[in-house]
Amino acid sequence: MGSAPKTSAYLRTEEAPLLPPPISMVGIQGWVLANLFPTIGNGIVSIVAGAFLLWMGWGILDWAIFSAAWSGDNREVCAAEGAGACWPFVQSRFAQWIYGFYPIDQRWRVNICFIIGAAALVPMLMPSMPHKKWNALFLLIAYPLITLILLTGGHFSITPAGFLNAVIILALAATFLPLLAFGIEEGIQSNRFGLGLAGFGILVWLASFVIGSSVWHSGLGSFSPGSIAAAVFIGAGGIFGIIQLRGTGSGAQAWRNWLIGSAVLLGLMLILKFDFGLEPVETSQWGGLLVTLVVAVTGIVASLPLGILLALGRRSNMPIVKTFSVVFIEAWRGVPLITVLFMAAVMLPLFLPEGVNFDKLMRALIGVALFSSAYMAEVIRGGLQAIPRGQYEAAQALGLSYWKMMSLIVLPQALKIVIPGIVNSFISLFKDTTLVSIVGIFDLLQIVTTSSNDAKWASPQTGTTAYFTAALIFWIFCFSMSRYSVFMERRLETGHRR
Amino acid sequence: MAAPAKMPKTGDVPAIQITNMNKWFGQFHVLRDINLTVYKGERIVICGPSGSGKSTLIRCINRLEEHQKGDILVDGIALTNDLKKIDEVRREVGMVFQHFNLFPHLTVLENLTLAPIWVRKMPKKDAEAAAMKYLERVKIPEQALKYPGQLSGGQQQRVAIARSLCMNPKIMLFDEPTSALDPEMIKEVLEVMVDLAESGMTMLCVTHEMGFARQVANRVIFMDMGQIVEQNAPEEFFSNPKSERTKLFLSQILH
Repeated sequence: MGSAPKTSAYLRTEEAPLLPPPISMVGIQGWVLANLFPTIGNGIVSIVAGAFLLWMGWGILDWAIFSAAWSGDNREVCAAEGAGACWPFVQSRFAQWIYGFYPIDQRWRVNICFIIGAAALVPMLMPSMPHKKWNALFLLIAYPLITLILLTGGHFSITPAGFLNAVIILALAATFLPLLAFGIEEGIQSNRFGLGLAGFGILVWLASFVIGSSVWHSGLGSFSPGSIAAAVFIGAGGIFGIIQLRGTGSGAQAWRNWLIGSAVLLGLMLILKFDFGLEPVETSQWGGLLVTLVVAVTGIVASLPLGILLALGRRSNMPIVKTFSVVFIEAWRGVPLITVLFMAAVMLPLFLPEGVNFDKLMRALIGVALFSSAYMAEVIRGGLQAIPRGQYEAAQALGLSYWKMMSLIVLPQALKIVIPGIVNSFISLFKDTTLVSIVGIFDLLQIVTTSSNDAKWASPQTGTTAYFTAALIFWIFCFSMSRYSVFMERRLETGHRR
Repeated sequence: MAAPAKMPKTGDVPAIQITNMNKWFGQFHVLRDINLTVYKGERIVICGPSGSGKSTLIRCINRLEEHQKGDILVDGIALTNDLKKIDEVRREVGMVFQHFNLFPHLTVLENLTLAPIWVRKMPKKDAEAAAMKYLERVKIPEQALKYPGQLSGGQQQRVAIARSLCMNPKIMLFDEPTSALDPEMIKEVLEVMVDLAESGMTMLCVTHEMGFARQVANRVIFMDMGQIVEQNAPEEFFSNPKSERTKLFLSQILH
């Protein structure tokens, strides 16, 4: 042991100087050296890959621009030997790709929808713009209404019986208001009488369907003694429910919400019924990018909230809610979208009672929305599972209720984690809208396919150019979503540390 | 200096009354026949070996855990399945966790004002003023606009204490507040807790900081195997433990 070197004491007497980084780390030269040619092998790969990219890029540029035909009235310019992209064809058909068979003199309605949509969406997406709440309300409530009326022409046939049905539903809701305001047990206790009346009313109403003779048969679209009696009973139940709310803070709040809800529902019905003097346009005349956007936006907007509810339901402690969510999600995820669309377009009308008939596009929309919400639910569930238990406990310990805990603490974090997954779903949904062509709806891709078969323009380049354009349109939308999600991810990064 | 430690006298007002309380995790009987009355203004330290049920006991007091038998009365409110009662209790009882559990997506200030605004319906301005007051009390007002991820462990725990205080709780529960901290940060958190104790807050504290127990507690409770084995004033508890299990435990943690 005696030969082991002694550790010598050491004391630094001078500061080590701060030096600039070596030349290989700075400037273009440093970057190229460090990233493209760090070793001979990597250098060769860089050169080969670079050459390939140049060759590809030149090929596309040459086809799309230098050799392309830019003007002409028919196939001749495009059928020439060695011709590139056939742009005159795209030019002559582009409007149709956007609007489908929407009447040409009515296209301004579609344009207005596009413009309002863009004008409302852009400030919504920019975090620095103020009044997010009103912007969101406009986009989610007013805008769909405006588009619905503008695109279809409005003037929906809502019968007086339809209004009666709405009033019955509102009265029914009023019957249950005390339960909302005072909690379930106390609420039932305080409005036993009203609930009884309403329950009896519902029985009468249902009975009037079942008995179904010509006198009693009410259906949803006509008056009958049955439905009128039901309305009287349920209405009385609702009035009793409202009376119970008097003089309490939570009661007043429930009453106010009910009033707003009723006004909105009846107002919506009146607006939809109102004749704005617009020429009606059947949804079968819609097509092209318009249909693609309608289907995609509806699917995206509906699938997020539905997906959140389903994901929460699947993690709920309540067995019935949980079972419902699991069955719903697994049923929709287990079938191909094409099957869903066929069911919606072909099978569903067979099950519906005679005379009840709703729009084919509408059915496809509902199918797409429910289908994508099942996928969305699983994406969001992944985010929910990543939130540590401590977050729930801290929220509970502060006295937050379930919905406040979820909406203020858990979901903001969970959704942020799964932004890539959510946007992935959105993008895949956007492209899946092309499947609606299977049930005879003319989306962008379908209308591009159809129009490129036109004999007037038949040439080797017609179809290629048409599909290239369609691909470019899809790519612009999908790539924008992708970039925006990257931007949001960065913006929401708050230096998590768990 | 803390008020002189004293054992409760008759005539004090009870803040928490736990009688014959039992709890199971599945088949495992985790809390056995717990009887404990905490009086207003008392500062109680609960210690014991790991797995003895200390944390579970205080988590039962604000219903983060559900007990199966016996009664818990917090500020006169019985804890049952009634959600309204649970929320009432949670509004009055603050809790500080071992791992802070701050909300990472909110700034420090937002962490503090969230519950006052959404649960107590306090106007935002008032909530922020109160929050700044408590941040000053825990000595980090300059961190208000940072995110929790940018703070050190000790600072995060002080924010967590301030967050609980913003709800004006009558009772504070501490679940091993210093166990996840580096040694040099323990002191700053303990200082805040001592300050709180001196202000007369009713405190239940699961901790192994025996110095803290000696300084501020007026009762030390020793738990083992889901039971309260011994409780006494800190002087007596440390100098003259009665049960063998307490002696063994103390010999292991006090060197």
